[in-house]
Amino acid sequence: MNDMTPTREQREAKLEGMGCKRKRVEDARFTQGKGNYVDDLKLPGMLHGDFVRSPHAHARVKSINGDEALKVPGVLAVITAETLKTVNLAWMPTLAGDVQMVLADGKVLFQNQEVAFVVATDRYAADDGINKVQVEYEPLPVVIDPFKAMDADAPVLREDLAGKTTGAHGPRKHHNHIFEWTVGDKDLTDAAFKKADVTIKEMISYHRTHPSPLETCQCVCSFDKIKGELSIWGTFQAPHVIRTVVALIAKIPEHKIHVISPDVGGGFGNKVGAYPGYICAAVASIVTGKPVKWVEDRIENLTATSFARDYHMTTEIASTKDGKVTGLRVHVLADHGAFDACADPSKWPAGFFNIVTGSYDFPVAHLSVDGIYTNKAPGGVAYRCSFRVTEAAYCIERGMDILAQKLGMDPAELRLKNFIKKEQFPYHSALGWEYDSGDYHTAMRKMMESVDYAGLRKEQAAKRLAFKRGETREIMGLGVSFFTEIVGAGPSKNCDILGIAMFDSCEIRLHPTGAGIARVGTKSTGQGHETTWAQIIATEIGIPADDIMVEEGNTDTAPYGLGTYGSRSTPVAGAAIAMAARKIKAKAQMIAAYKLEVHEDDLEWDIDGFRVKGLPEKTMSMKDICWAAYNSVPPGMEPGLEAVSYYDPPNMTYPFGAYICVMNIDVDTGVYKIRRFYALDDCGTRINPMIIEGQVHGGLTEAFAIAMGQEIRYDPEGNVVTGSFMDFFMPTAVETPHWETDFTVTPSPHHPIGAKGVGESPNVGGVPAFSNAVNDAFSFLGSTHIQMPHDYWRNWKAAKSLGVFA
Amino acid sequence: MIPGPFSYHRPATVADAVKLLSTLGDEARPLAGGHSLLPMMKLRLATPDHLVDLHGIGTLKGIRRDGNKVVIGAMTTQHELLASDEIAKSLPILHETALLIADPQVRYRGTLGGNVANGDPGNDMPALMLTLGASYRLEGSGGGRDIAASEFYQGAYFTALEPGEILTAISIPVPAAGAGYAYEKLKRKIGDYATAAAAVVLTMSGGKVASCAIGLTNLHETPLLATDAAKAVMGTSLDDAALKKAAAAAVAIMSPAADARGPVEYRKHVGGIMVMRALTRAAARAK
Ligand SMILES: Cc1cc2nc3c(=O)[nH]c(=O)nc-3n(C[C@H](O)[C@H](O)[C@H](O)COP(=O)(O)OP(=O)(O)OC[C@H]3O[C@@H](n4cnc5c(N)ncnc54)[C@H](O)[C@@H]3O)c2cc1C
Repeated sequence: MNDMTPTREQREAKLEGMGCKRKRVEDARFTQGKGNYVDDLKLPGMLHGDFVRSPHAHARVKSINGDEALKVPGVLAVITAETLKTVNLAWMPTLAGDVQMVLADGKVLFQNQEVAFVVATDRYAADDGINKVQVEYEPLPVVIDPFKAMDADAPVLREDLAGKTTGAHGPRKHHNHIFEWTVGDKDLTDAAFKKADVTIKEMISYHRTHPSPLETCQCVCSFDKIKGELSIWGTFQAPHVIRTVVALIAKIPEHKIHVISPDVGGGFGNKVGAYPGYICAAVASIVTGKPVKWVEDRIENLTATSFARDYHMTTEIASTKDGKVTGLRVHVLADHGAFDACADPSKWPAGFFNIVTGSYDFPVAHLSVDGIYTNKAPGGVAYRCSFRVTEAAYCIERGMDILAQKLGMDPAELRLKNFIKKEQFPYHSALGWEYDSGDYHTAMRKMMESVDYAGLRKEQAAKRLAFKRGETREIMGLGVSFFTEIVGAGPSKNCDILGIAMFDSCEIRLHPTGAGIARVGTKSTGQGHETTWAQIIATEIGIPADDIMVEEGNTDTAPYGLGTYGSRSTPVAGAAIAMAARKIKAKAQMIAAYKLEVHEDDLEWDIDGFRVKGLPEKTMSMKDICWAAYNSVPPGMEPGLEAVSYYDPPNMTYPFGAYICVMNIDVDTGVYKIRRFYALDDCGTRINPMIIEGQVHGGLTEAFAIAMGQEIRYDPEGNVVTGSFMDFFMPTAVETPHWETDFTVTPSPHHPIGAKGVGESPNVGGVPAFSNAVNDAFSFLGSTHIQMPHDYWRNWKAAKSLGVFA
Repeated sequence: MIPGPFSYHRPATVADAVKLLSTLGDEARPLAGGHSLLPMMKLRLATPDHLVDLHGIGTLKGIRRDGNKVVIGAMTTQHELLASDEIAKSLPILHETALLIADPQVRYRGTLGGNVANGDPGNDMPALMLTLGASYRLEGSGGGRDIAASEFYQGAYFTALEPGEILTAISIPVPAAGAGYAYEKLKRKIGDYATAAAAVVLTMSGGKVASCAIGLTNLHETPLLATDAAKAVMGTSLDDAALKKAAAAAVAIMSPAADARGPVEYRKHVGGIMVMRALTRAAARAK
């Protein structure tokens, strides 16, 4: 070996494969303003559409008159439900098996509902036009409080469902009822509660909030009349699903629909569903023969496209007197708004809420969920979480703290006592899931040691005494949260969207010079797929990540995939990528054996190529194999080096983590200070630690926002009172706490590279940590549960109701 | 969030601006930094047919000392206030307050004149101007006049500005040497208007309050001068009882609106706390 021969470490490092803190390749364009978003697209002759929206939460639409609007220079068309009826598109199917008005058909059911679509030569003219459309409304009584939606005399919201006693998910009990979903053994659970030494019961609400990505929902639709082809550029998290939905509802052959998601500025679940804007832009393009752009503004995004949560969870836990849990019973009142447009796998009306037993060994549990209609915007998407998993984690993590308080036990001790043990995995939960792997005790203890949990509790005890003596007006809370997620939807045996199994896919093509392209069925909305997907391939087949181009989001070139949400990209597409790479590697091995004139079995893999066992000098690098694949393959073998894999995961993955928040609250103003936030995440194999850390920071920031003030609030008349960033709490860097991150590694046993996914864990685990901190702070004054969000005035109100101003 | 159509004018002198405004009538609005006016136009809550941009008028900018007064041109930005040595030296409370307004982007464009002329109860500068006893110079087609800040505010978005008039300068008496000052503002985040805020300027003599003025922001449809609260602390050493009395007197004149910042009861309560905190901090600074 001469000096120029790279060492093994240098060869490894050059790959920048799994485990490497590789810099994000996409950031070169994003940080220089060279990203290419939907709104950057300008096609010749392109028109602009904008919506007339309802000022009322519930009203009959008596008439719509567009005559004055059509006189505005530049306005070309005013599209209403009547127009859409001519192409059978006044209503559209939702992902949840319901139907939704595209434009108001006879009545409106929530404030800012789409009423008419004005098409004009520029955005200004469109907006001038919408101000001239005259709509006559007759206001109707509204249903805003979900607890009143099923009153006998509650107004009928969905007249289109009159007489329908069965919905997509079974019987309906009331005209505003959508479905009831039950899981678990009711009798055994009831029996456990009868026998229990101690029980708790609390109605825990997870308020309505909104994913609010930086870039709002938008699209450009262009219909080519000659070819009969429809091209749609849009902010889609799942472009292939959009293509199929369009094919089904617009009756355009699927191969004539081109869906392209260019760079997308955040999704967080907001961009999974299909919205009236997409349909209207497509119809407008078909009608006018010109490309039509639709771009939501911030108010529209916050008030009309998918919200998240609005789950009201009556939670009961049974336990022995020494703190061993014996049963869990949860009833959820789920406010879905005016249409059931949840984006869940089709068979799961409440998503995977049955992960609500969390990280604990509950022998029995029973869950029932009632979905209902109200006069609010439709949605119920998974805002940076797997389907309804953050609701479930919040429910059980608050519940465990409430139980600890009742038992007089430390909340961390109670958790340690009830964790599923390492040796119990794979673990079958009482509500039907098979947890793949976990080591909860280790993670929890590491968290407790890292922050000196015992020391913090001592400080808190001293502070409480000082408060009672009147020496301070500050109270201190420790918010412990231990979450188990269920992500990676999902196995075809239980997951589909509109009948399409929730697999994902990858196609890799290696070029003669040892570089290549990977096309994947997912769509990054900021997660850094271009970086991490190449790292998986680099480790699997020994081609440097820099030499692999990753492409997503174009349905003409990418293999069919179900998209990015619910932390499914790494668990599902990540696996497809590894499997496609392994197919390539298998072929490469045959080529190398042929070229090195040995039997395949005599070869072993070594970082970036094959070597002959026992003869370490006799090697063939992957780069050379690529060349050989295009000029001298073994007789009978097809040339080329490419592979496709469609991966149907055998199970979900179950990331987990231990978080703690240390908070002080000034009772006089309700102002809180996050003193410390520590997050330990176990997401199995770690592909890029830097990206993981970034994901955790982002998710924690959203969790902070949600728990401490971010809400979509309606007044009793159904007006949204938090419809802009002036009132909808979107923290800046100044308010955002400092994050301490940590990890353990418990690989997934069934995933090809052992990875579990991490993008959403911090939102799932973070919200209960913040809320538990607030609740823990107030608990010594006699409270058991204070509802979120914990903004200043609500903290003050809590303090006041606990008598601190007496 | 798209404004309606309007025409744009950029006069070079105050006289031209005044002439334009009076000939164009009610449908014309002066444009300063645009950070209150443009958001309203984007929501179509304001739909002026004409914008008269004041940026072309050089004489509207600048900070100068005039005897025991500081005179600030209406088009002086918050950023310029923050960068000024004169302000740092003679009116540090202006510095403290400007730093609590929005964020650097807004402060680079937003002007003192626009802030005080706007008439939004959420603006921070008006209450401070009341506290400091400032006066405003207005120019109209009929000539110029001076008006005390305390006479200027009539209701939310209603001020003493007559149609066609513009505010050209703000003149602020420099507080007595050794005066203590504080602006206490409770807000939910950077870029938020006050949930409640209080401005205090006071002097101490022998450990007792010798003079005091208290202003309140966003606790009424106009900025407020809390005279009874200020009286309540006169001659006291700002002990607990005096602070509580001042807070109670201030709360008595508050009538904030309920909004996402909190219900009326909360906003009044923290308004009182801002008063106490501002008094305590101002006293600690007094020499
Ligand atoms: C995100 C954000 C947060 C903010 N937070 C705060 C805050 O916390 N506190 C605060 O005080 N402000 C806040 N503001 C408002 C900001 O300070 C504005 O700049 C200020 O209110 C108006 O000043 P302007 O120069 O931008 O005036 P413009 O917006 O141009 O004008 C405001 C009004 O005053 C009139 N006007 C302007 N100049 C004159 C003049 N010389 N003569 C007569 N009339 C005139 C205009 O016609 C208009 O009606 C915020 C703004 C934003 C966008």
